[in-house]
Amino acid sequence: MSVISPTMRRRFRPDARIATIAEAILIPVGALIVAALVFSVFLLVLGKDPVRFFGLVWTGGAASAFSLQNTLQRAAPLILTGLAFAVPARIGLTLLGAEGALVLGGFTAAVTAIPMIQAGWSPWIGLPLVAGIAMSVGGVWVGLAGWLRHYRGVNETISSLLLTYIAIAIMNFLVEGVFRDPGSTNKASTMPLSADWRIGDIPGTSVHWGLVAGLILAALLWILMERTTFGFSARIAGGNLRAAQAQGLPVGRLAIASCAIAGACAGLAGFFEVVAVHGQANASLAAKYGFTGILVAFLARQNTLAVVPVACLFGALAASGGLVQRRMDMPDATMLVLQGIIFVTLLVSETFYGRLPFFRTSQSGDRT
Amino acid sequence: MTMTSFSRRGFLKSGAALAAASVLPMGGAHAASNITIGAIYVGPRDDFGWNQSHAAAMDILRNVPGVTVIEEENVPETDAVARSMESMINLDGANLILATSFGYYNPFVLETAAKYPDVQLRHCAPLWNPDTDPKNAGSYFSYLNQAHFVNGVAAGLSSPTGKLGFVAAKPVQTVLSNCNSFLLGARSVNPNATVQVIFTGEWSMPVREAEATNALIDAGCDVVSCHVDSPKVVIETAEARGVKTCGHNADQRQLAPNGFITGAESKWSTTYKIYANALMNGEEVPNLIAGGYHNDMVMNTPFGAGATPEAIAAANAAIDGLKAGKPIYVGPLKDNKGNLVIQGEMDNYAPELEKMNYLLDGVMGSTT
Repeated sequence: MSVISPTMRRRFRPDARIATIAEAILIPVGALIVAALVFSVFLLVLGKDPVRFFGLVWTGGAASAFSLQNTLQRAAPLILTGLAFAVPARIGLTLLGAEGALVLGGFTAAVTAIPMIQAGWSPWIGLPLVAGIAMSVGGVWVGLAGWLRHYRGVNETISSLLLTYIAIAIMNFLVEGVFRDPGSTNKASTMPLSADWRIGDIPGTSVHWGLVAGLILAALLWILMERTTFGFSARIAGGNLRAAQAQGLPVGRLAIASCAIAGACAGLAGFFEVVAVHGQANASLAAKYGFTGILVAFLARQNTLAVVPVACLFGALAASGGLVQRRMDMPDATMLVLQGIIFVTLLVSETFYGRLPFFRTSQSGDRT
Repeated sequence: MTMTSFSRRGFLKSGAALAAASVLPMGGAHAASNITIGAIYVGPRDDFGWNQSHAAAMDILRNVPGVTVIEEENVPETDAVARSMESMINLDGANLILATSFGYYNPFVLETAAKYPDVQLRHCAPLWNPDTDPKNAGSYFSYLNQAHFVNGVAAGLSSPTGKLGFVAAKPVQTVLSNCNSFLLGARSVNPNATVQVIFTGEWSMPVREAEATNALIDAGCDVVSCHVDSPKVVIETAEARGVKTCGHNADQRQLAPNGFITGAESKWSTTYKIYANALMNGEEVPNLIAGGYHNDMVMNTPFGAGATPEAIAAANAAIDGLKAGKPIYVGPLKDNKGNLVIQGEMDNYAPELEKMNYLLDGVMGSTT
């Protein structure tokens, strides 16, 4: 990939730009359709009715106000963890650290809020502060993987994954030790937050405010990555590291900053898990949202805006998974099979970008 | 501490309910319209452990005319469980939800119960507080330590050396009580018996469970029991090493055709039949059902090839004793640090036992 990619060159010509956007939408949609067909074959082999299956996905994920809210509620943490994978991916870093940042962010949110509650602080002052702390902790944690990568040459994929396990272990150690609420006899937890420190749902829905935070962040990060010199530099470094260095771009700082942003997104997800969902920190924080976020970002092709609809798609699959279990008597792993098939078809579909004649414009045929 | 304290009167009541349940024909002439009962499991239905013990009871309900059983497995202890419960209520019209994992209760069962006052929710752990919690919520649980006592009796007479091993998840009250009861059962037939315990720190951590089992066998234990979510790994590892085993939670006989002695199981079908009967007859569903051998809420797995004839005779006698209310904890008993912890006879349902945070003298291991 050259520094000035065909994508950028095409921006100057309106028809080419439309072709680019159409390509970016139609190829993933096509991949989803292929995945659905492959999965239908899988269902037929098992003697199950694919039409009924997709009908149930529709019923459970979108057909009623309840189902839609169910989908959005499950999508809320996935937007944030999807962003946590997408941003460093643009600079060429594959980070698996969102789960750890989420857990540590949620944990610090729970334990820093307690003294503020005891001191009688207003939640209007305290909660933004706690959110900031959670984001900082997440940012430092994942930033560490970026730092190790740049200054010590440690593979960031491995280090961030290992940091995740360390984060969960630290949280368990502290929750079962010094920060344990003595009342939590059979499941160690931190002290519960008081009711006025809990963030409620968006009025008229059962969806918590983490969804809105995710939407805002997705938009802000899109502006950052697509419309600022930071994002431009990061994308150049992601496209060709040597070229970026030759241009004198601060590659190391860019990498660490993207990792820190990623960690902050995941830390914020942890904050919402604690203040909007659990009301305290315990082992349930490690619910694998960080790992599902990787799939979400992949499907969104690391575009922070596309993370939102993709997170909703995964939310809908999760929301309808229970219904499929109950009505079709299929195991929970069914949805994992579908997710796996989607993932594979998407990876394959990546190879079609720039190769389909339908989307080619006269000057973009050189894309390889 | 939110744990509900118990009185003998409560037990007499639940005993009376049981007696009534056994007299009432299931789905008789008074049967109301069809009812739907939903069960939610934190892991797979066929885990040879906790989840399977509940799924097996639901399978018994499935055969009752007028009862529709719906199930969802692998539901994490996050707001996913709240969504699953609501989905069962909104999309399947569930009348009763059985939330079988500890972390489902607060806040998810409480919030869902408050939101759907016409639906009954029952949670499997002693957490329901009649003063503060919704009236349509409730708890059910069993005193599984009684069955572990029987395990100990059988193990004590099936072990040539009297050195028993116990793989434990976390050092919390239920686990400690099961381990201590296992020791007292063994000591009732072999005063020199000892129990060596290893805590893995997690409810489900197969690798560490296998390591712990091997370590216990290397240390000379010739019978291994456990309290982890799924005892499959422990039982299979011990069987492969030619060591006898006692089970936990579900029927694991088939995993150890040579060395299985017996296992401690909760008999959830007793509770679930009471619930189904009450719903079908339009009666109030009891908020609290708890018990052990005296009211048919625990049982021991049928004896396997590892049990000696003397062990079978002594274990059956121990079961008769427990049904008649013979106490397990008879003082003076010291913990393994030398402190006197139990003076005199303890009723098997004594609230003091709910505060157990020690290992008895004769158990080798530490809670910290």
